[in-house]
Amino acid sequence: MGTVSPMRPSLLPEDLRIRLIVVFLAVCIFSQLQSLETAFFAFIGSLILGATERIERSLWRRLMHVEGFVLLIFITMPFLIPGPSLFSIGPLQASLEGVARAALIGCKVSASVLLLMVFLGPIEPIRLGAALYALKLPESLVRLFVMTVRYVSVIRMEATRLHKAMRARAFQPGTNRHTYTSYGNLIGMLLVRSLDRAHRVENAMLCRGYNGRYPYAELSAPKPMDWFSGSILMALALGILLMDKIPF
Amino acid sequence: MAHIPDGILSAPVLIGGAAVALGGVTLGLRSLSDRAIPRAAILSAAFFTASLISVPVGPSSVHLLLSGLMGIMLGIAIFPAVGVALILQALLFGFGGLTTLGVNTVNIALPGFILAMAIGPIIRSSHSSAMRAGLSALIGALSVLGTGGLVALSLALSAPEYTPVASVLLATYLPLALAEAFVTAAVVGFLSRVQPDALSLATGAAAS
Repeated sequence: MGTVSPMRPSLLPEDLRIRLIVVFLAVCIFSQLQSLETAFFAFIGSLILGATERIERSLWRRLMHVEGFVLLIFITMPFLIPGPSLFSIGPLQASLEGVARAALIGCKVSASVLLLMVFLGPIEPIRLGAALYALKLPESLVRLFVMTVRYVSVIRMEATRLHKAMRARAFQPGTNRHTYTSYGNLIGMLLVRSLDRAHRVENAMLCRGYNGRYPYAELSAPKPMDWFSGSILMALALGILLMDKIPF
Repeated sequence: MAHIPDGILSAPVLIGGAAVALGGVTLGLRSLSDRAIPRAAILSAAFFTASLISVPVGPSSVHLLLSGLMGIMLGIAIFPAVGVALILQALLFGFGGLTTLGVNTVNIALPGFILAMAIGPIIRSSHSSAMRAGLSALIGALSVLGTGGLVALSLALSAPEYTPVASVLLATYLPLALAEAFVTAAVVGFLSRVQPDALSLATGAAAS
């Protein structure tokens, strides 16, 4: 990690509301592209954006986490779509059509993952609540989200403690009944303690006059710069959509 | 393996999934009284944490879904709980996607909800621990297989070329179903011994 000044120039809108809207629309567009050229363009564009934003190295590693079945689609696609043969492995004929389809899917998936990483990777989840609320999501859903985020870190610590206690008693995970029962007890204990904690939290909240209202940080209006960069990025995504719809 | 990323599914499947998810989330939120929301949030945080444990199955390892158990403890509120967990997973680990949020929520939450509705009441009223274990194992295994089936269906409905992959996909859910069955049975056994009222719906205003 290099030294990153806090005020480094960024192409991304700093305002979370604009950022969320832009990334949502852009991913909607990217995920439905039809032609290989535009999907490739989208992929390169996201790659450049990722490079200019100087993303932390740990985030890049996410690109490697492709789900198994995506890989499977990618591998089988060339052999399943009929068309002029490009190459063959044993009795299997890979068609040009099929390779193009696999490449299209590969570009769309990686472009979308890249966008998510660049736009949402650096956001702390706990900060998202106010933005989601400002975007008029149901208040109870936002409250559920914010509190889940808050308690995931607490309960993860609890789980780590329980896990350590198991290891201290020479617990060795393996494929056997004992392992599954032990993990079952661990999860059961986690749930019991969570319910206890919920009871305490609820009482503490009631003490402070909780009546279903939950305060959210007031967000300041987006800066002109945010509107500007948001519209540029949106225009780029729309440009890709136009390119996709109008054959050239 | 239950998180379909962006860029794979067709628009009708995405929109259909989002519509069903919206219905489920709306009903789920309505079932939660204002006072029950902190409790539901802390429970979903616990389920989220539990799903991060990697459980060995043969040479590989799996992450539990626990949707059957969530269905038993949260009822219809499993929809918002899963939705929130998926948003968090996308933010923290980059798994899943934005456009597929609805489809993924339905694929995970719907089997858990339906099975818990059907079998949950029998588990709560049963006095035999063997019967409880068997039924909870059934909920665990079937909810995983249901999710596998829905993921396969989402793929097959999107493009006919995905169909062979979709059927292979179902086979990969078998080890998870096995682990999930044993662990769910163990959790339900533990809870019924330690805190039986944990197995009743945690959505009401005042349970204790």
